[in-house]
Formats: sequence, structure tokens, C-alpha cells
Amino acid sequence: MLTCKQASQLISQSLDRPLPLSSRLQLRLHLFICDACTRFKQQLHQLRNVVKRATTHTENDSAIRLSKEAKDRISNAVDSEND
Amino acid sequence: MSQNINDWLNEHGDYLYRFALARLRDPHQAEDAVQETLLAAIKNNSFEGESSARTWLTGILKHKIIDLQRKQIREQPLSDLIDLDASDTSMDDFFDKSGHWIDRPQEWDMPDSALEQKQFLDILSECMEKLPAKLKAIFMMRDVHEFENEHICKELAITATNAWVMLYRARMGLRKCLEMNWVTG
Repeated sequence: MLTCKQASQLISQSLDRPLPLSSRLQLRLHLFICDACTRFKQQLHQLRNVVKRATTHTENDSAIRLSKEAKDRISNAVDSEND
Repeated sequence: MSQNINDWLNEHGDYLYRFALARLRDPHQAEDAVQETLLAAIKNNSFEGESSARTWLTGILKHKIIDLQRKQIREQPLSDLIDLDASDTSMDDFFDKSGHWIDRPQEWDMPDSALEQKQFLDILSECMEKLPAKLKAIFMMRDVHEFENEHICKELAITATNAWVMLYRARMGLRKCLEMNWVTG
């Protein structure tokens, strides 16, 4: 019988590869009786979705700007490269 | 050309910075990526004006971001990435000795309103920034760039097991941070 620690590793791996049949069956059995790991599995799927949304959110957040210092620094680097 | 580049910096710098920040989750690295992109733009002056300058620069930036992430993982030793066997203690914050959850995962109250949505995404962004650099880099490659695992392993010269372990730790860290900071109601 898998522990929650082992089950959580398999749940994470299942996002990255198809699990071997034996692991898949063991995991299914564990999830059948374990609410905590079932919730964990749900969370990892939610996490994957919201991380994508966070990427778009940051990309479009016009409040996020290069600082004046950073702009000056980059501008100087560009000018010195060009001389 | 320099004049041109400085115009681009003023016109597209903030956008390029946001694009990089969303994928690197580190303000300093994001600034460096913008700088390297503009320097590369001077060097291989191949902008034809067929696409917009922004599209062209973003294309260069994408490569710079992946280069940075690759470097970040490659430059640090992987010695701490032992398999998660019985002797491993890195997950002691999460599981007790018999492998049970110490804090059982809670049901997440996902945000509905626009304001909650924004708060949630801000917290998530902060949580991603706090991840250890190496874990952040591999997590971004997998879940943001959506590289296949095989591709990641080849790029980083690591084993599949190393990759799974790192991704597992990154996800465990992120969900813990979210659970601690996302309080609704």
C-alpha cells in the first residue's frame, strides 16, 4: 500500500509522463480511499492552470515597468556596445 | 542604430520586461534579459521591418530567457538531488515518519470576482518568485514553456528522475505557499 508521500510523488510525475501500469493501479487504489491525496491531485491540476493565467496576467499588467535605473543602465550598455 | 535601439527601449522596454518577468519570476534576471536582447538586436542587425519590431525583439527575448534558465540549472550542482527514498529528509515539513500528510491539503476556494482574481494571481506571482532558483527554472520550463520532459532532460543534461524530483519539490513548495497566503472570505 502506498503512503501519501509516495502517492504525492506519483501524482506529480503523472503530470510529466504516463505512469507504468503497476504504479497507476497502486495510485488509483490509494486515491480511492484517501481524500487528502485526491485533493492534492486536484490542486496540482489547478496549479498548472493558474500558473498559465499568472503568466498572461503579468505580461499584460501595465503597472509593471522597467525602473528608471534599469532603463538608464540598459541604455548605457547599448551605447557603449555601439561605440 | 543606437538611436533606434534607444527608441525601442522606450517603446517596447516595459513590455519586454513584463514578458521576461512572467517567465523568469526574478526582476533582476528579467532586466538582464531585456538588456541582452537589445544588445543582440544591435549585433545581428537583421530586422527587416517585415514583422513589427516588438515581435522581432520578443523572438530574441524568448531565446535569452531559455538560455538563462538553462544556465541557472546547469551551473548549480545537482548533488542535493538524491532520489526521494526513505532516508530523504527534504519532505519532512510535509509528511510525518509514516508518510502521512502533516497538514492535509485543503480545498481551494478559487477566486471568482475580478478583484479576488487579481489578488490571487499576485500571490501566486510572489510564491513563484520565492521558489529556489533552480526549481523555479525547471518548473517554468515544464509548466509555462510546456517543454516535454525528455526535451528538458536533454537541455539540462539531467536524468528523468532528477527532473521529476525537482518538479515535485517545486510544486510542493508552490502549493504550500499558496495555501498559506491565499485566505478567502
